[in-house]
Amino acid sequence: MSLYKIQAKDVCLFYHQEQALFNVNLNIEANQVTALIGPSGCGKSTFLRSLNRLNELIEGTTTTGEVLIDGVNIYDNDTDVVKLRKEVGMVFQKPSAFPMSIYDNVAYGPRIHGITKKNTLDEIVERSLRQANLWEEAKDRLTSSGLRMSGGQQQRLVIARVLSVNPKVILMDEPASALDPISTAKLEDLISELKKEYTIVIVTHNMQQAARVSDSTAFFLSGHLIEYQPTERLFVNPGDKRTEDYITGRFG
Amino acid sequence: MKAYGNLKEKFIYMFIWLGAAFVAFTLLTIIAYVFVKGIGTISWEFITAIPSRMGKEGGISSAIVGTIYLTVVALLISTPLGIGSAVYLTEYQKRNSRFSRAVEMSAEALSGIPSIIFGLFGFIFFVIFLGLGWSILSGGLTLAIMILPTIMRTTQEALRAVPEEFRSNSLALGASKWQTISKIVLPSSAPGIVTGVILSIGRSVGETAAILLTAGSALGMPLLPTDPARSMSVHLYYLAAEGISMERAYGTALLLIVMILIINYLANLSLRRFTYRLKS
Ligand SMILES: Nc1ncnc2c1ncn2[C@@H]1O[C@H](COP(=O)(O)OP(=O)(O)O)[C@@H](O)[C@H]1O
Ligand SMILES: [Mg+2]
Repeated sequence: MSLYKIQAKDVCLFYHQEQALFNVNLNIEANQVTALIGPSGCGKSTFLRSLNRLNELIEGTTTTGEVLIDGVNIYDNDTDVVKLRKEVGMVFQKPSAFPMSIYDNVAYGPRIHGITKKNTLDEIVERSLRQANLWEEAKDRLTSSGLRMSGGQQQRLVIARVLSVNPKVILMDEPASALDPISTAKLEDLISELKKEYTIVIVTHNMQQAARVSDSTAFFLSGHLIEYQPTERLFVNPGDKRTEDYITGRFG
Repeated sequence: MKAYGNLKEKFIYMFIWLGAAFVAFTLLTIIAYVFVKGIGTISWEFITAIPSRMGKEGGISSAIVGTIYLTVVALLISTPLGIGSAVYLTEYQKRNSRFSRAVEMSAEALSGIPSIIFGLFGFIFFVIFLGLGWSILSGGLTLAIMILPTIMRTTQEALRAVPEEFRSNSLALGASKWQTISKIVLPSSAPGIVTGVILSIGRSVGETAAILLTAGSALGMPLLPTDPARSMSVHLYYLAAEGISMERAYGTALLLIVMILIINYLANLSLRRFTYRLKS
């Protein structure tokens, strides 16, 4: 067993002929928040999607290299992708509740994975909503549509939905970019609580956010991983000129 | 300058208002006319009795049953086919693949063809070649081909209106493609699909030419799918064209209009529910 929860080894990714990731090597520790930063189009989302094989859903992508989770390469031929995606949950940029009740939103994952017992589902729904700091707001309206919630609530609902299938890793792709400052603060608090139990990788274009929530930060540029450091060190004393230029706002 | 702009605006507004008023007026006049002319004929007997003496006497029950029978057969065939092919094209084929483009273009072309040509095709293929004769089956199959493009296209539109995030979120939870389609995509597009189906029902109910040549013009009550039948619109056609009874033609028209208004009302209802659901 390795020390790291996730190890990316020489990950390259192509959209048709176009290469979007160049030999990315990155080790991510368990129960930490790792932030991915870099200018738009540098490959942050693409790299994030390579950690639960979501790039496969985009036509014409090829991935090479390895991604080990708990020491096992998820790109092995015998990988169970369904199980992988349960273990590595994903929160997308746009808060997106399904057009069904709050309860059904959270119960969706467990149900597709075969849980039908009402009691079990009730427990999972309550536990997940509590973990996502949404239980107090949602408990009296579990049967109302998830779409009626505010953006910030929907994003926490999405997180509850991800938590309902017992993931180990949670990937978040600019989860706060569509939220107001108060909802963003709530989300950041939630992230700090969740890292006690989960390993979190978060893409953000907001450097203050990276500084506030993450333990380590990786800086990407044009598909290359430029620098990967404990967050404080990266922001205070960047090792690479390009990192420094980016975080001081000289380009990007 | 401002006053001139205001004047122009008012003029355009008036023009649009007149256009809308004209459309509404024409529609209401037609409906009112048919209503006034037809209401006297409507009676319990008219709705429940079989026509006798070519429709001069008796009622139109067999034509009402024929209309519903034909429509149901058409829907039973075209709804699963139309929805199935739309799901296949939209969810499983690459967007703009040559195959989907070919299918979409033929559907487009098919929906522009005059219905008498569907009737002619149905007559040659179902009635003669397959030997189904003038029957509910031949008529229903012909109608099915005619409404298939509508159901397919409206279903495709409804599927495309489903936000892409629903799919990616579901797949990222470990759901399979089919689970995602059946549990998320189809339910969220259901009202849109239903709207397309209801519009097709409206088209089938009102269709004359495609049925004239395929279902026959029998006056008796159709029981088996192999029985010949006439629809209300065909009955109306004969009553008027052969001068059998104008009053009865109006009575039939009135019932037909009421039927189609109800169907359109249902279509509107489901459309409103659909937009509401995606917005809220
Ligand atoms: N679906 C796609 N098809 C083709 N190219 C893509 C696709 N998604 C992203 N790319 C390309 O890959 C590169 C990295 O994109 P992305 O990972 O989205 O960057 P970021 O999330 O850092 O903004 C960009 O050059 C982008 O144009
Ligand atoms: Mg991105």
